Amino acid sequence: MAQISSLAEAIAATVHDGDTVALEGFTHLIPHAAGHEIIRQGRKHLTLIRMTPDLVYDQLIGMGCADKLVFSWGGNPGVGSLHRFRDAVENGWPNPLAIEEHSHAAMANAYEAGAAGLPCAIFRGYIGVDLPRVNPKIKKITCPFTGEELVAVPAHRPDVAVIHAQRADRAGNVMIEGVLGVQKEAVLAAKRSVVTVEEIVDELPQRSFNAVVLPHWTVGYIAEVPGGAYPSYAQGYYPRTNSFYRQWDEISRNRDTFLAWMKENVLGKGPEVFAELVRKFRTAAE
Amino acid sequence: MADYKPNEMMIIAAARALKNDDVCFVGIGMPSAAANLARLIHAPDIVLIYESGTLGTKPDILPLSIGDGELCETALTTVSVPEMFRYWLQGGRIKVGFLGGAQIDKYANLNTTVVGPYDKPKVRLPGGGGAPEIATSCGEIFIIMAQSKRSFVDKLDFVTSIGHVAGGDSREKLGVKTKGPTRLITDLALFEPDPETKEMTVVSIHPGVTREQIQENTGWPVRFASRTAQTPPPTVEELEVLRDLQARTNRAHAAA
Repeated sequence: MAQISSLAEAIAATVHDGDTVALEGFTHLIPHAAGHEIIRQGRKHLTLIRMTPDLVYDQLIGMGCADKLVFSWGGNPGVGSLHRFRDAVENGWPNPLAIEEHSHAAMANAYEAGAAGLPCAIFRGYIGVDLPRVNPKIKKITCPFTGEELVAVPAHRPDVAVIHAQRADRAGNVMIEGVLGVQKEAVLAAKRSVVTVEEIVDELPQRSFNAVVLPHWTVGYIAEVPGGAYPSYAQGYYPRTNSFYRQWDEISRNRDTFLAWMKENVLGKGPEVFAELVRKFRTAAE
Repeated sequence: MADYKPNEMMIIAAARALKNDDVCFVGIGMPSAAANLARLIHAPDIVLIYESGTLGTKPDILPLSIGDGELCETALTTVSVPEMFRYWLQGGRIKVGFLGGAQIDKYANLNTTVVGPYDKPKVRLPGGGGAPEIATSCGEIFIIMAQSKRSFVDKLDFVTSIGHVAGGDSREKLGVKTKGPTRLITDLALFEPDPETKEMTVVSIHPGVTREQIQENTGWPVRFASRTAQTPPPTVEELEVLRDLQARTNRAHAAA
C-alpha cells in the first residue's frame, strides 16, 4: 500500500547498504532528486541496475555508492562519455566497479520477466557478438517446439526500484505519460519501490482508457518532489535541460571539480532545490 | 555548386539511401540527421522509430538524446521500451536499421564497447545499447561513419554487433535471416558488400576525394568495385534543408 512521505524518509526506509537498486528512466523522468538523496544518506556497496546509466549514475558511482553496475548503455546522451563511470572502470576510482553488461533488448526483457514473476527472460539476441564471452549470465536455450537457439538472461528482481512520475493521487495511484521506458516493469519487478512525483493531486486528471497507471497497491513510497527529474524532463511540466548535460562533461571530467560540484549542489542541499531549478520552465499542469 | 563539408556530403548521401516507404530505426547523431533530412526532402512518409518507444515521429528539431520530448510529441504513438524491443524490433517490423560505431572492420562488424582488452580497457565506450539486436533484427542495416585509421580497423577490439561476420556465408550460418549491412556511408565514399565475399567495397567516391585518401584512412587494403561511380554532389536544396535543420536544432539546444 502506497505511503506518502518525504523523500528522505522514503529512501531511508527502502534503500540499504548492499541492496540492488534500479533508478530507471529512459531519458525522460530520470529520478535525479532521489539519486541525490541516496548519495546524501551515504549508501554504500549498492548494485545499480539501469538500461541507460547517465548523469545520476555517474554521480552515484563517483561518490562511491556502488560496487557493481548492471547496464546496457553508459554514456552522456548526445554529448559523450560518463567520466566518473570511466574513471571507475579504467582506474578503479573511487573504488573498483564490477560490471555486468547487456544489450538493451536483454535489459528490457529482464525487467519484463521480473514483473511477470519469471526467473529468466528468453529472446532472440546476442547472435555472433562478444558480450556472451564476458558476461556468464548470458546463456543459450533451445526452443522446445522449434529447436531454434535463443538466449536467456536472469530476470531483474531489484530490492528497490526508484522512479519519477508526473502525478500521484492521495491514495497513491501513480500516472506516467510520454516516453515510458521500463519504469512500470521496474516497479512491478522490485521488492520495494519509491516514486517521486511532480505533484500529488486530489484526483488524477482526465486520461485515456489506456493510460499507464501504477495502482496504489503496487507502489511502496511516494514523495512529492517538484522538478525531481531535472536536468532530465517531465513531459507536460518542463523540458530537458540539454545545456546541463553539456556542462556535466566539464564538471565531471576532473575528480576535484566533480567533488566540489557534489559538495555544493548535493551534499549540503535538499530535494527542495529541484523546484527552483525548473521554476522558469514549469507550466501549470491544469 | 555551393561549398560543403565532407560531413555534410556524408549525411546527404545517407539520406538519399532512404526511401519514402521505409520503416527506419534511428540512432542519435548522424543517423538521426540523415533520416530526418530524407523525411524533409524526398521521403515525407518515411516511418522513423527511436528506441525510446516513439513510432512514426516527425521532430522539427533533431533530438540531443534518444528520448527527447520532441520525439514523443510528434510521434504517432509511444510504446514502452520492452514493447519496442520485443514486438517492433524482434518481431521483424523494421526494414532499415541505422548504426554507427567507434570501430568498424571490413565486414562491417562494429565495436562500441571498449578500446583495448575488455577487463582492462584503454577506453571504456558507452556500450552496445540496442545495437546487438538491431544488427540482426532489422531487414537491412545502413552504417554511417567518418573514416580514419583509428576507426576503420583491421581487427576490432570487441564485437558489439555483427555485420557480415567473417564474410561469405558466415552470417547466414549463424542462423541470421536478415541482410545485414547493405551500405556503409562515409565522409569519403559509399561502400557496399561484395556479393560473394561480403567485404565492404567502394562503389562510389565523393567528389574531390581520391582513392589514395580512402586507403590512407582505412586500416585494411581497400577493395574498389570494378567500376566506381562518383557520388553526385549535394544539391542546393539538400544543403539548405540540412543547414536549416541543424541551425534550428542548435538554437533549440542552446536555449534549453
